[in-house]
Amino acid sequence: MATNLLLSIAWTHVSTRVRQTLVGMFGVAMGVGFTIMMAGLMQGSQIDFLRQLVDTMPHITVNDERRGIPSQPADQEYAAVGMSNVANVNRRPGIRYPDTLMASLRSWLPGEVAPSTKTTAIVDHSGARIGVTLMGIDPRLEVRVSKLGQQMTEGKLSDLSKAANGIIIGEALAQKLAVKYGNSVVLVGGGEANQMSATVVGIFRSGIKSVDEGQIYSLASLAQTLMGQTGIINLLRLRLSDPLVAQKVATQVEAQTGYKSVSWQESNSDLLSAFATRDFIVLTVMGAMLLTSSFATYNIISTITHEKRHDIAIMKSLGMREYSVRRIFIIESAIMGSVGILFGWLLGYLLCYAWSQINVYNPLTGAVVPLSIYYSPMHYIASGGISILCCAVAAFFPARKATRVHPVEIIRGAS
Amino acid sequence: MTEIALQTVNLVRRVQGEISHTLVNGIDLAVEKGEFLAITGPSGSGKSSLLYLLGLLDAPTEGEVIICGQATSKLSETERADVRLTKCGFVFQFHFLLPEFTALDNVLLPMRAAGVMSAKDMNERAMSLLTSLGLGEQTGKRPNQLSGGQRQRVALARALANRPEIIVADEPTGNLDTASTEQVFGILRDIADNGQTVVVVTHDAALAARADRRIHIVDGKIHETTFGGDRKRESPAVTPAAECQS
Repeated sequence: MATNLLLSIAWTHVSTRVRQTLVGMFGVAMGVGFTIMMAGLMQGSQIDFLRQLVDTMPHITVNDERRGIPSQPADQEYAAVGMSNVANVNRRPGIRYPDTLMASLRSWLPGEVAPSTKTTAIVDHSGARIGVTLMGIDPRLEVRVSKLGQQMTEGKLSDLSKAANGIIIGEALAQKLAVKYGNSVVLVGGGEANQMSATVVGIFRSGIKSVDEGQIYSLASLAQTLMGQTGIINLLRLRLSDPLVAQKVATQVEAQTGYKSVSWQESNSDLLSAFATRDFIVLTVMGAMLLTSSFATYNIISTITHEKRHDIAIMKSLGMREYSVRRIFIIESAIMGSVGILFGWLLGYLLCYAWSQINVYNPLTGAVVPLSIYYSPMHYIASGGISILCCAVAAFFPARKATRVHPVEIIRGAS
Repeated sequence: MTEIALQTVNLVRRVQGEISHTLVNGIDLAVEKGEFLAITGPSGSGKSSLLYLLGLLDAPTEGEVIICGQATSKLSETERADVRLTKCGFVFQFHFLLPEFTALDNVLLPMRAAGVMSAKDMNERAMSLLTSLGLGEQTGKRPNQLSGGQRQRVALARALANRPEIIVADEPTGNLDTASTEQVFGILRDIADNGQTVVVVTHDAALAARADRRIHIVDGKIHETTFGGDRKRESPAVTPAAECQS
């Protein structure tokens, strides 16, 4: 059957029923527009959060642990003999030959690596004591692997080298301890025996509450002194040019060094899993929105097919095939859907733009920032594709029902 | 030997329901090419049911409808639609024109559906048909801008568009005034005289009397056959039907 004929009949139907057609288009446009807005908002906030997370923490950490329990010499020599209560090999903490290891990694690593000494400590200020993670760093190398330098709100990263026992603390921790820039605090090491006075030479804000409240920075030598392990490096921190390949690189690093290498994805696997669940929920909601919007199309095509039952009967009696007549109504739905989708795209873009102009207060960071919106062509393609599919399905069923009616029944009814 | 355009063999149409009802009950009929056949009968006698079977709008419960030598009982719905499109033209009591389309577009519809002619040829033929039926000035008007008689003539032009062998008309003058009735019936008469077969259901005995043959249906059976006009003769012998010659 000539497609031109079907198109011209379909076009005549939709163009002579302006109100119904506009209602159908409006339904589709609303569904598509709000879906794009939701997708942009949800993905924008997610990407913004991940960006903060990835910026704040190293992409890969290599620490002095190993994933598996190392086999004991007695097992290696006398594996066939069952022995119990054999003393473990006493391994020295820390990464062995860290400078050599870093040089080796730098030869192929798509990024930078910096050494650090990680320990725990208690910060004591005027009787307020809070346990924190102390990260002993080299300020010259730190700028290559973290954004700490840019996150400083008071002081500079390089001030660590200028003051004796200088530390940089998070803004939230400073508030909890009532510490200000330049104040002195007491650092207590693991064994209470190691304590020393330190000066706050900088305050940072990362935006991640757990970091801002629970992590402080010093020179590596201070952390080593507090640990009582001179010269120890127990953590290598890596920053990659592409954070998304961190998992793959971590596996390679672990294979090379034998030390446990953890990518940011692995260390945040619970969070990423939660994001996956959230994505699923969001997709379900968006699908439901598009499906709901297609009900307008269903109603309108149902109405048109009901009103046009005489036309259907006459077209069939003239010799037009059933599926050709059915296609007329599916084309009508496609016309309404297509124009509705175009308006929906425009509406979606405008809604996204409007939302991006809204500033929100982040109670964790204390910052007022604009809502993050992620603009992606995929949102437009997916919402349009799903919507046109919904429209076609929504039209198919009433059209099939209407065109299955025997023309004689209609003709007799009219007579 | 006469050429048979339309033939039925023991045609039965039964409706199944709470009460089974036989609408057409074993009708054997042969209609010559170029014959004007009128079907009459009281309401509920089965004359329209017979017409719908002859035009392949409905399928028989038993028996066979042979159109231009083609047996149709085993055809699929799509094949039956194709036969309707090319070999049958329909006119109904209510014009059943597509209301949003002009008279010209309505006449073009079956030709565009068949898709065998060029756009130029289709337009020329549609214009020619409408002009020959006295509607040359009305081609751009929609059905609601035409009188009842004009609408029925547009429906006639549409029925003739694909040069069908058989024109099937169900009470084509049932809604028309006397003048229009006369005009439409005259056109149908001319169509038959030009070699196309016309089968008309009508209540109007005077008009039926002007057909070549009139069959009177009662209770789904042919009760009486009457010949009229110049064609007064015996019922044609049923011969092996051949393909209609256009």
